[in-house]
Amino acid sequence: MTDERSMIAETAARLFAAHLDTATFAAAEAGTWPAALWDEIAANGLDRVLVPEDQGGIGGGWEDAFEILLAAGRHGAPVPLAETIAASWLIAQAGLDVPDGVLTLADGEPVAVSSAGIITGALSRVPWGASASRIVAQAMDENPDRIAVFSPVGGKGALDHNIGRDPRHAMLVDGLTAQTGPGGSVMAVGALVRACQMAGAVGRVLDLCVTYAGERVQFGRPIGRFQAIQQQLALLAGEAAAADIAARSACRALDRRGDAFVEIATAKIRTGEAAGKAAAIAHQVHGAIGFTDEHHLHHLTRRLWSWRAEFGAESVWATHLGNLIAAQGAGRLWPDLTARG
Amino acid sequence: MPALAFTPCDLPPEAEALRGDVRAFLAEELSGYPASERARSWVGFDAAFSRKLGARGWLGMTWPEPWGRGASALERYVVIEELLAAGAPVAAHWIAERQSGPLLLRFGTPEQRERILPGIAAGQTYFCIGMSEPDSGSDLASIRSKAVKTVVDGETGWVVNGRKVWTTYAQKSHYMIALLRTGVAGESRHEGTTQFLIDLSSPGVEVRPIRNMIGDEEFNEVTFDDVFVPASMMIGGEGEGWQQVTAELAFERSGPDRFLSAFALLGELVRFVEGLPPGSAAHGQVGRLYAHLATLRQMSISVATRLDAGEEPSLEASVVKDMGVTFEQSIPEIAQQILGVAPRLAAGSELEKSLAYVQQACVSFSLRGGTTEIMRGVIARGLGLR
Repeated sequence: MTDERSMIAETAARLFAAHLDTATFAAAEAGTWPAALWDEIAANGLDRVLVPEDQGGIGGGWEDAFEILLAAGRHGAPVPLAETIAASWLIAQAGLDVPDGVLTLADGEPVAVSSAGIITGALSRVPWGASASRIVAQAMDENPDRIAVFSPVGGKGALDHNIGRDPRHAMLVDGLTAQTGPGGSVMAVGALVRACQMAGAVGRVLDLCVTYAGERVQFGRPIGRFQAIQQQLALLAGEAAAADIAARSACRALDRRGDAFVEIATAKIRTGEAAGKAAAIAHQVHGAIGFTDEHHLHHLTRRLWSWRAEFGAESVWATHLGNLIAAQGAGRLWPDLTARG
Repeated sequence: MPALAFTPCDLPPEAEALRGDVRAFLAEELSGYPASERARSWVGFDAAFSRKLGARGWLGMTWPEPWGRGASALERYVVIEELLAAGAPVAAHWIAERQSGPLLLRFGTPEQRERILPGIAAGQTYFCIGMSEPDSGSDLASIRSKAVKTVVDGETGWVVNGRKVWTTYAQKSHYMIALLRTGVAGESRHEGTTQFLIDLSSPGVEVRPIRNMIGDEEFNEVTFDDVFVPASMMIGGEGEGWQQVTAELAFERSGPDRFLSAFALLGELVRFVEGLPPGSAAHGQVGRLYAHLATLRQMSISVATRLDAGEEPSLEASVVKDMGVTFEQSIPEIAQQILGVAPRLAAGSELEKSLAYVQQACVSFSLRGGTTEIMRGVIARGLGLR
C-alpha cells in the first residue's frame, strides 16, 4: 500500500472507531443526523477522495476509496459516505463541477430528461435522499453512460428506511432541472461501493465472532474450543477473505481500465453471498445476546442484508454476467478470464 | 488476531509470456480430445503426453540448473493453470513434478537429486505418495508401517514392513516417497517418522489396484514385506518425516488444481446455456459460478505470489483448498438442480458424460490432500481458536 493510502485507511478507521458507539447508532437510526461524525469525515476530506485536486478533493483512485469504504463498512457507519463518494465520481467523470455537501445516487432507477434538461421520474428508494444537496440518476438516453444531476428541492418525497434503518426516500421528480453528462453506470458504481462496504462489514463480523467465541464459556470452556464452532468460523473466514479480494479487485480494475463491468459484477455477487453466509454464521455463534438491541452485531448484519439487495441483488448481476458469458461463448470463457487478470 | 492476507496480484510479464505457447501446444496436442475426457482433469494418465511436456521444458521448470531453468513459481503457475483449464491428461507426472521433485530439492541428497530429477523433468519418472494407511487417514501421525535399521550383505539400510493405501497411480509409478515409523512417536506424536524413497520394483513390494466407485483403477494398496531400502534412500535425517510432510502439503493446497478440477464441466454448462434465451435462471447460475471462479483464482494467485517471495502462507493455502473444493463440488450440483442435466454414460452428450464423471469423482475432492474438516481445523487454528 502507498503511504498516502495507508494514511487514508488509518484516518478512516480511527475516525469511525472514535464516533460510533451504541448511542450514536441509536440516535442515527431514530432519525438524528450524525453531525459530529459527518463533519469530521468532511474535515478530513474522506468524502472527496475521488474528487480531482483542482476541485478541492484528494484526487485519489478507487483503491484509495476502497480503504475508506472498507472502514465505513467495518463500522456499519450510518452516514451517506459511500453515496457521496460514488456520486462525486460520476459527476466528475461527466465533466461537471462537484457540488459541496452530501451527494447521493438513485438505486439504479433512471429518469427521463427533456432536451431542455427537465427531468421526470419516480425514484422509489434514494439513499439519504433528504440529506443530499444533489442526486445523481441514470438519464434515459441513447448514451447509456449519461447521468442527470439535480437538486431534490421541489421534488415530492416520502421517507422510508431499509432494514439497516438508514433512510431511503421515495421521490417524484417532475419538472426539476438537471445538468447532464457522460458519467458512467450509476448502477455499477453503486454496486461497487456496496461491495466494498460489505467486504468491510463481513471482515468485522468475523472479528466479533472470533473474539466472542474466545470469551464465551459454556460446558466449562470457551465455545471456540468446540469443533462445531471452529468449522463455522473457518467458513466465515473464507467468506471474509473472498469478499475482500473480490471488492478490492474491482476497485483496482476500475482504476486501471475504466471498464470494470465484469469485476464489479463479480464483486457484488461474491460479497452479497458472503454477506448472507456471514450474517447467518455470526448470529448462530453469538446466540441470544447477538439478537438483542444492545449488542453491536445487528448494526452490521442488518446493513449487510440491506446492502446485498441495493444496486442490484446477486441474481441481477449474475444474470447480466451469465448473459455476457453465454454471448461470448464457451470457447472464450478461459481466455477472457485470464486476460482480465 | 491474524487476518488472512490476500491481495490482488498480477502474474508477471515473463509468466504471461508463456501462456500463448502453452495454449498453442495444447490446441494442437488435444485437438479432438472430448470434454468428457478433459473432465478427468489431473487424473487423466498419458505418459506420452507427459514426455512431450518434458521435452518442451515445462516440467520442473522452477528447479535450478541443470534440472530446470530456475523459472519463477509464477511462470509454472501459468503453465499448470493452462494445462488444467484445457483438461490435459497430466496425471503421469503430476505428483512427481508437483510434490516429489520439490521435496527432493529441499531435503534430498545430491545423489538422490542426480538420480531422480532428470527423469521427472523429462516426464519419464513417476511418483506416488505413501502417507495414508488402512488405520491412518486424517490422523497421519498414527501410521504403523515401519522401517528398521539393518545390514544386509555388508550394506547398511532399512527393512520396511507395512501397508499404504489410496496410493494414486502406484501401479504406474516408479517410486514412492513413503512416510514410515522409525522410532517412538513421543508426546507430540510427530516424532519418530522418516521419509524414504522406495523403488517400487524392489523385491517384497506388492501393488494391488483398488477399484473406485466410478469403476476406475486409480488408487492402490501397496504392501511392503521385508523390503530392503538402502540407507542412501532416506530423505533428510532420521525423524524428520513429519516436518517434511507438513512443508509438502503446503505446496499441494493452494494451486489451480484446487479449483479447476471441474472446469471442463463448467465449459460444457456454458455451451448448454449458449442455446437458451438470455436472462434465464441458468444464465444467472453461470454468472454466479464465474464470480466464484474469478475470485478463487485471485486468491490462489495471491498465495502463489507469496510462495514465490519465499513466504509460507499455509493458512491462506488451506482457505483456497477448502473454498476451491466447495466451488468444484457445486458445479455438478447446479447442473442437476438448476439446469436439469442428467448424468449419463456412453450414450450421453459430452455435457451428460462430463457430469457423470464429475458427479461421481467430486466426492473425493474434499477428501484428497486433507479433508474439508481437517482444512477447517487448520484455518480455525490460524484464527487462534485452538
